[in-house]
Amino acid sequence: MKNPLDSLTGTIVCGVALTIILYFVVKALSPVGA
Amino acid sequence: MDWVGGLARWFHYIAGIAWIGLLYYFNFVQVQGLAAANKAADGGAAGITKYIAPRALQLFRGAAIATWIMGAILLWTLSSSTQNGIVSAFTLQAPYTGIGVGAWLGTIMLFNVVVLIYPNQMKILGIVPATDEQKAKARRIAFLASRTNTMLSLPMLFFMAFGFSHKNVVGL
Repeated sequence: MKNPLDSLTGTIVCGVALTIILYFVVKALSPVGA
Repeated sequence: MDWVGGLARWFHYIAGIAWIGLLYYFNFVQVQGLAAANKAADGGAAGITKYIAPRALQLFRGAAIATWIMGAILLWTLSSSTQNGIVSAFTLQAPYTGIGVGAWLGTIMLFNVVVLIYPNQMKILGIVPATDEQKAKARRIAFLASRTNTMLSLPMLFFMAFGFSHKNVVGL
């Protein structure tokens, strides 16, 4: 399998995907109204 | 405290723009430019590796360190009466969870710059002596660490923008 970081497109797609994943992780860790 | 926080934020922005600006220059401009220059074999690559890249790397590392230090001071000034901003951010305690993720990503990126990218680039550019085999290995490590930082910069900047003062905008 090719390393996605070898292409700029793959790098950006991974970055956006990681942003979305971390957003939901932080949302789950943050109490409502904190 | 307001002045310290304001100045820390100002210098955090200046150093951060220099750091991430150079990171994007390396990844979106220099890598492709060097590949084209090497293909042309007209001596153009030497100009980049001898005169541009070493200067850019010095500023890159210095800006990365300055960005992190200013960010840490800024976090400290965001402390509340019951919570230390730095400790609460790095332990992901609410309401510092979002900015804490940004701080961790920035810290990982700083590690990549200081430990992986800079020393290996010194070998690639011939500033630090290395065999051809060591240079080939250094080239791959520095390239992947730089691409990793480009990838991490997207969530890092998201959590810098929305992780604390604007967290309600995105429901965090």
